[in-house]
Amino acid sequence: MSDPAIPADPPAIEVSGLTCGYDGTTVLKNLSFSVKRGEVFFVIGGSGCGKSTLLRNLIGLHVPLAGTVRFLGQPFTHADLAARRAMLKTFGVLYQGGALWSSLTLRQNVALPLEEYTPLSPREVGELATLKLAQVGLTGFEDYYPSEISGGMKKRAGLARALALDPSIVFLDEPSAGLDPVTSRKLDELVLQVRETFGTTLVVVSHELASIYGIADRVIMLDRAEQGIIAEGLPRELAERSRDPRVIDFLHRGDRAPVK
Amino acid sequence: MSSPTSPARADASLDGATLSVQVAGDWSITAPRPHWPATLAGRTPQRVVLAGAGLGQWDSSVLLFLFETQQWCRIAGVHCDTKALPEKIHALLRQMSASHETSVPFDRSENFFTSVGDATIDVWRKTRIFAHFIGECVLGVMRLLKHPRKFRWADFVEEMQLCGAMALPIVSLVSFLVGVTLAYTGAIVLRQYGGDIYVADLVGLSMVREMGALMTGVVLAGRTGAAFAATLGNMKANEEIDALETLGIPAVDFLVLPRLLALGVMMPLLAIYSNALGILGGMAVSMKVLSIPPTAYWVELLTIVDLSDLLVGVIKAVVFGLIIGLAGCLRGIDAERSAAGVGRAATSAVVTAILLIIVADAIFAVAFDILGL
Repeated sequence: MSDPAIPADPPAIEVSGLTCGYDGTTVLKNLSFSVKRGEVFFVIGGSGCGKSTLLRNLIGLHVPLAGTVRFLGQPFTHADLAARRAMLKTFGVLYQGGALWSSLTLRQNVALPLEEYTPLSPREVGELATLKLAQVGLTGFEDYYPSEISGGMKKRAGLARALALDPSIVFLDEPSAGLDPVTSRKLDELVLQVRETFGTTLVVVSHELASIYGIADRVIMLDRAEQGIIAEGLPRELAERSRDPRVIDFLHRGDRAPVK
Repeated sequence: MSSPTSPARADASLDGATLSVQVAGDWSITAPRPHWPATLAGRTPQRVVLAGAGLGQWDSSVLLFLFETQQWCRIAGVHCDTKALPEKIHALLRQMSASHETSVPFDRSENFFTSVGDATIDVWRKTRIFAHFIGECVLGVMRLLKHPRKFRWADFVEEMQLCGAMALPIVSLVSFLVGVTLAYTGAIVLRQYGGDIYVADLVGLSMVREMGALMTGVVLAGRTGAAFAATLGNMKANEEIDALETLGIPAVDFLVLPRLLALGVMMPLLAIYSNALGILGGMAVSMKVLSIPPTAYWVELLTIVDLSDLLVGVIKAVVFGLIIGLAGCLRGIDAERSAAGVGRAATSAVVTAILLIIVADAIFAVAFDILGL
């Protein structure tokens, strides 16, 4: 029987009244927004505005000071351990540096969530890990250790691991940071391909304008002084129509040149 | 994907020599799914047609099933028709087949001669790094003597606090217990000959000449040597050491010398403190077990332990301190730039330090015997 508290087609993520911070310092106050299923949703803003803090609160690495987060209609923030573990299976996270386990090969890195959460045989786990690595263009590198590959490859391997369980939602923390434009673009294309193939919802924390204009369906912009959202919408529309100088400055790289 | 609402199915029907397999329902990688041998059920088709018209939600689990089917067909020489599958699945299946064929296991195994060669090259490399590091330290000390104001005095004091004062509790406990153990062990033999009082000589001489410096060395190798290696290893992984080098600041001057000198100063002090605690431990056992009054214990101790014994212990402690500092800092600076590398560096620092301490202790034993100390 379905839970009557959960609507028939809930958004992928629903954040209401979220306040987060560290050691008594509030970083973000009373944030509310939702992310539709299959959307490529960007959280943007200048350095230190709380993008990564928001991400850490969304994925449960920090407990919010107030407010709730719901994934696919189910409450996550204060869920009990079993419910939380079940929900963790439905999302994947790509960390800034890839966060690959250095003692494991790329195949073993991707295989670990499969071994933990699925009834698959070791052979099937290996086949699937190979496929996931192939999807991110790392065929031939399955048995390499993270220390033996480049930064861009680490990010792609991190994405393969995030996609291992075919999650409904994938969070990406600064996926383009430190990458050359070509690799960055390839990663963007990969993000779109993942959405296209599996209908995955993607939440991207970034301040890379090329990615924002290239693949974002919708963005929210955070501001440090405001401790919250100062703009929400399509990136190009915001760049052209917003009257907020902070939004205009950010989306025009400070020179207010027209968006190409 | 979200939890499946209708279970995954693979409906197979045999029409002549053609087996039509219809995948249907919701397929989730975390839920049970059909497998090909059960679907085939012992039938021997000449052709397998795969279709997915009744497919609900799906993820990689359906790919695994279809790939398993394809593989069986390939091995059995049966034609497999996948045209009726949805285009997305078809594309993924092609990718999976391609990745399966092009993925070649990376052979890391080495033959015996390669291993021996690599090990030899590694020993040579480590020897060169060690010699270079020692040379750098000597040059650093010369720079320190020339420009003492440039030395990181604040770091030196902080390191003395960390490796000296903060180590007092553990050194106290270990030394006291070593004194207790020595006294008990000695008492077993000495009591038989009525020489109970010589427990003071045994404990005093053992602690001052040997155990005080040795036990403090072992404790600090585990505590401080590992910490040095982990800190410097992390700094290397974060490119902090590279940043120093590109600024023209020798990493040895900035990071190694303050630590090395701090240990060189604090080790003899800790060893003397350890001697006192060990003697106290022996005194406690003598009082309780052998009924020797503390004054008698002390007087007997002074008849055998003199300043030359204390000097022997102090010289050893200084050398042990430098060994611990050198091993910790060298392993840290030579660490691989990864979390595992930092862990290995810390372990290696402890093992190297303890090994070298024991080797040095043996050399000291021979040398002091020759010198008559």
